[in-house]
Amino acid sequence: MPHRTPLYDLHLAAGARMTPFAGWDMPLHYGSQLEEHHAVRRDAGVFDVSHMSCVDVSGPNATAMLRAALANDVARLSEPGTALYTCMLNEAGGIVDDLIVTRTGDEAYRVVCNAGCAAKDLAWIEAAAARAGSPAPRVTARRDVCLLAVQGPRAADRLVRAAGDAASPIVALAPFRAARAGRWLATRTGYTGEDGFEIALPVEEAAPLWRALLSAGVRPAGLGARDTLRLEAGLPLYGQDMDETVTPVECGLDWTVDRRVERNFVGRRALDARVPRFRRVGLVALDPGIMRAHLVVETARGPGETTSGGFSPTLQKSIGFGRVPVRVAVGDVVHVLVRDRRLTTTVTAARFVRHGKSLLQENAAP
Amino acid sequence: MNIPSELKYTDTHEWTRTEPDGSLTVGITDHAQELLGDLVFIELPKIGATFAAGQECAVVESVKAASDVYAPVAGTVAAVNEAVASKPEIVNTAPYDQWLFRIAPAQGAEASRLVDAAAYRALVEAES
Repeated sequence: MPHRTPLYDLHLAAGARMTPFAGWDMPLHYGSQLEEHHAVRRDAGVFDVSHMSCVDVSGPNATAMLRAALANDVARLSEPGTALYTCMLNEAGGIVDDLIVTRTGDEAYRVVCNAGCAAKDLAWIEAAAARAGSPAPRVTARRDVCLLAVQGPRAADRLVRAAGDAASPIVALAPFRAARAGRWLATRTGYTGEDGFEIALPVEEAAPLWRALLSAGVRPAGLGARDTLRLEAGLPLYGQDMDETVTPVECGLDWTVDRRVERNFVGRRALDARVPRFRRVGLVALDPGIMRAHLVVETARGPGETTSGGFSPTLQKSIGFGRVPVRVAVGDVVHVLVRDRRLTTTVTAARFVRHGKSLLQENAAP
Repeated sequence: MNIPSELKYTDTHEWTRTEPDGSLTVGITDHAQELLGDLVFIELPKIGATFAAGQECAVVESVKAASDVYAPVAGTVAAVNEAVASKPEIVNTAPYDQWLFRIAPAQGAEASRLVDAAAYRALVEAES
């Protein structure tokens, strides 16, 4: 029996088609994935992402523990109310999961994990806590919170309309900043390439906020739109674009690995020693046809693979991420094998749309 | 579930209509378009191409997935509906008006893959 989020009945009431995802029964769409996609690009949408798991880490050694466990450096979080994106690596430099970490106090952090990695991540974080100095930081999986992502250029306006004064500290946030509002913990983050907020709140407050958002004109959006939005925005998906065999360098996440200071985080030695053979690029189809994940990419430098692919509703053509030999360059023409056809594609930077605007022109510039 | 009684169906969710000249007009059912979601690309067969019954001969792709369309009978493609190739979404809005192709059955071809509306409805209900 798959898990259901506390908003399950509200999804059905909103006309959701449900789909199994990482052990959960989640909304795929509420009638039209395309309309949900466009709503987030042009106005505002809300995603129930309560399947993602929140883990709180606190105690005197919490900072030291996370600095050793994570590839990005939580020492960058200079004060409570700041957040960063990071990978958690294994000793070989492969990605255990990608996470958002928010500093919630002097020695207190919230870690948001992918649903499919929840059990593994919790065990991993508990092991890191056990290795940390005494006293070991407290690690608490927060099964008592829901997570709603309100995304889109009008997310702030509509959140104010839905939540009134409770929204004031939230809509005043700068990107990657966090604030408490009553019992809510909100960050100005997202997975769509648009402005927006991710709000963790008690289960009993989630349904009222969901209803208020819909009444304020926010469109419910499912996993389908979430996937096309993140693909356009150039954001990788765990389990598809990366996994425990892939290093951050090979999937376009080198920028999240903080090597500025001598810091012996898990996976560092392997990362420093490993010479990457592949890198991540964007692919834009020049022919009609749609590339999907895990297709062969033929390049002049040897074969590669699409790790994600699909139809871009904003650009009205197929786009994807390619894991290709490192010498493949932006501007190269490569071919993706789609069934019995060779789809001609051009290599670009791996981000296609940001804040509602195509980046294709910008990407093509030298 | 919209399943017009005058059409015949396959268990792979194509509908067919027999034309006065004996050819079969083929499209995908309302159930099929709903399962796929918003269609964004359709690859039609070439006119004159021949297929065995049950052989894949076209592809419909939604934002979500690609799905093959199978020949309901053995035969030769006599016509294709270019309108759906340029605007795939019209299949979502009118699946029984927007046909994909017409196939002229080969001599002696059997329509054993085809069932009537009641049988197709039973099949869809058993699936869901």
